[in-house]
Amino acid sequence: MAEMQLREALRRAMTEEMRRDERVFLMGEEVAYYDGAYKVSQGMLAEFGDRRIIDTPIAENGFCGIGIGAAMAGLRPIIELMTWNFSLVAFDQIINSAAKVYNMTAGEFTCPIVFRGANGAAENLASQHSQALESLYAHFPGLKVISTSTPSDAYGLLKSAIRDPDPVIFMESELAYGLKGEVPDEEFLIPIGKGEIKRDGTDVTLVTWNKQVATCHAAADALAKEGISARVLDLRTIRPLDEELLFRCALETHRVVVVQEGFTFAGVGAEIAARVQEACFDALDAPVLRVTNRDVNQPYATNLEKLVMPSAQRVVEAARAVCGR
Amino acid sequence: MAEADVPAVEVGREQLLEWYEKMALIRRVEELAAKAYTLRKILGFCHLYIGQEAVAVGAVAALNPDDQLITAYRLHGHAIAKGITPKAVLAELFGKATGAAHGVGGSMHMASKAVEFWGGYGIVGAHVPLGAGAAFANKYTGDGRVSMTFLGDGAAQQGAFYEAICMAQLWRLPAVFVVENNYYAMGTSVDRQSYLTDMSQRGAGVGMKHWQFEAFDVVDVYRNLKAAVDHARSGEGPVLLEAVTYRYRGHSMSDPAKYRKDGELESHRKEHDGLKLAEMRLKELGMTDDELKAVVDRVKAEAQEAYDFAEQSPEPDPAKLYDYTYAEP
Repeated sequence: MAEMQLREALRRAMTEEMRRDERVFLMGEEVAYYDGAYKVSQGMLAEFGDRRIIDTPIAENGFCGIGIGAAMAGLRPIIELMTWNFSLVAFDQIINSAAKVYNMTAGEFTCPIVFRGANGAAENLASQHSQALESLYAHFPGLKVISTSTPSDAYGLLKSAIRDPDPVIFMESELAYGLKGEVPDEEFLIPIGKGEIKRDGTDVTLVTWNKQVATCHAAADALAKEGISARVLDLRTIRPLDEELLFRCALETHRVVVVQEGFTFAGVGAEIAARVQEACFDALDAPVLRVTNRDVNQPYATNLEKLVMPSAQRVVEAARAVCGR
Repeated sequence: MAEADVPAVEVGREQLLEWYEKMALIRRVEELAAKAYTLRKILGFCHLYIGQEAVAVGAVAALNPDDQLITAYRLHGHAIAKGITPKAVLAELFGKATGAAHGVGGSMHMASKAVEFWGGYGIVGAHVPLGAGAAFANKYTGDGRVSMTFLGDGAAQQGAFYEAICMAQLWRLPAVFVVENNYYAMGTSVDRQSYLTDMSQRGAGVGMKHWQFEAFDVVDVYRNLKAAVDHARSGEGPVLLEAVTYRYRGHSMSDPAKYRKDGELESHRKEHDGLKLAEMRLKELGMTDDELKAVVDRVKAEAQEAYDFAEQSPEPDPAKLYDYTYAEP
């Protein structure tokens, strides 16, 4: 068992898959000679050469589309988006091409491609560089959406994503790239579509993913001191949603708070709240609450940005509310 | 290379006859599609290829069977030329289970891996990067294949097209891009959508070999496309062509095409019709009117058989509604 940073876990997953499968390649802005904007691909050019570690011009729509075409031809592209904010330039390719190739060709062509990169706010990057876009991509049939929180999950899920026959949206976090965690030395895969209870609890389930898992751990610590036992459910995959585990948690703890980055309106939290009440209405002791980014564009100033983001304090308040405290 | 430098080709009678028959088949299938549309047997959008047949047929003749072809939404002609049967095309237009896309695609979306016909895309210009991606894979694997991407003059105004040709040239991909300039992007004439009216000149800005040619005569199309495909396959990089053509019908079935100049359509039908030009060539090679009529009769019968097949085929099975969302749900 080795401790490694999340970026190293991602690199290990890509490197192993590229050694295993000649069809896998990495393409994106600054992935090769710059060693990756966030050093995720550091050293990979030296091992694989520029045939398989490919720098692109700043043309996301174009290179995402080229990746899709390469996937249709039988390759296994990993497309790095420097941040998911820039994916909006390529939204047409990801939605209108990648998500629909299998459908429009009635299964004649598959699109085994991974789009990966940093998602959500870092710090003080203001309006255009701070968005968490899970809800946008999870909206569309044809895509699978993963948003990970730990080095071990990132490793196991990225390997599954690379081997998956469908297009996978893989969301990381700029702030979490340096996060350290244990990753087993033995190779392993984590199946897409399976959440994990990261911390057990009996009074309330905090449903979350990506770096808000850390926020929820902090909140659970604080809640424990007040005698509230909070369970932290890390969904890991947004689509397909692990409804079985989600509903089991709702039935067992009777109270649910969804903690998400991203805007409130039509966010993933809204979908989860809707599904939990549809399936578990009689078991719920309180309405499902959401702790989300406040519905406002991200401000630059530190004090304002802190107001906007989910925080342990806001999660504690929501948990107290559903527990009637 | 400019058009003047494209080497001459020898095309024998058998070869020309095969192309003529394919063009006539495409036209007949499209005429039946138009008829079915007016009878509301075909629904949604339906963009016909009548007038442009020589482009698809001459271009496909320049490809190997395992070379990829990708196109936009005016696809019936390319699909048939690349090897999808008229039965599968018309059944798809009729929304039937026997269609090339089993009834989920309709007129704009159908594909076949077996004949490397990649479809079938409805967002203008967005399929051009996919065609470049096919060429990327060809180069990556070194399998010697060439991808051919068709787009319209309207799509040549899209950013996706520009980004794709930038990278295709940067990476010397084995790709041929063919802008079928049929004079109108929907209802907007070329000179009202672009300062440069020869779309092949977009290639100059990215350093790509490019030229424009008149694409009415199937032999001319073959000659130009053969030169482009040979160049791309040689590893020297991609080619951007503008094939000047003309569509006889409106943008789609709902368009009466009132924006045309007076006499424009009639003059094209008279001077530039691909089928008539091929007939003239065949007669020069000794074919009689009776022999030509026999070809036309055969084509009509095949198209009618496809029409009947489409009409009689079953609707898609509702139990399969979710089958084409994920390869591995």
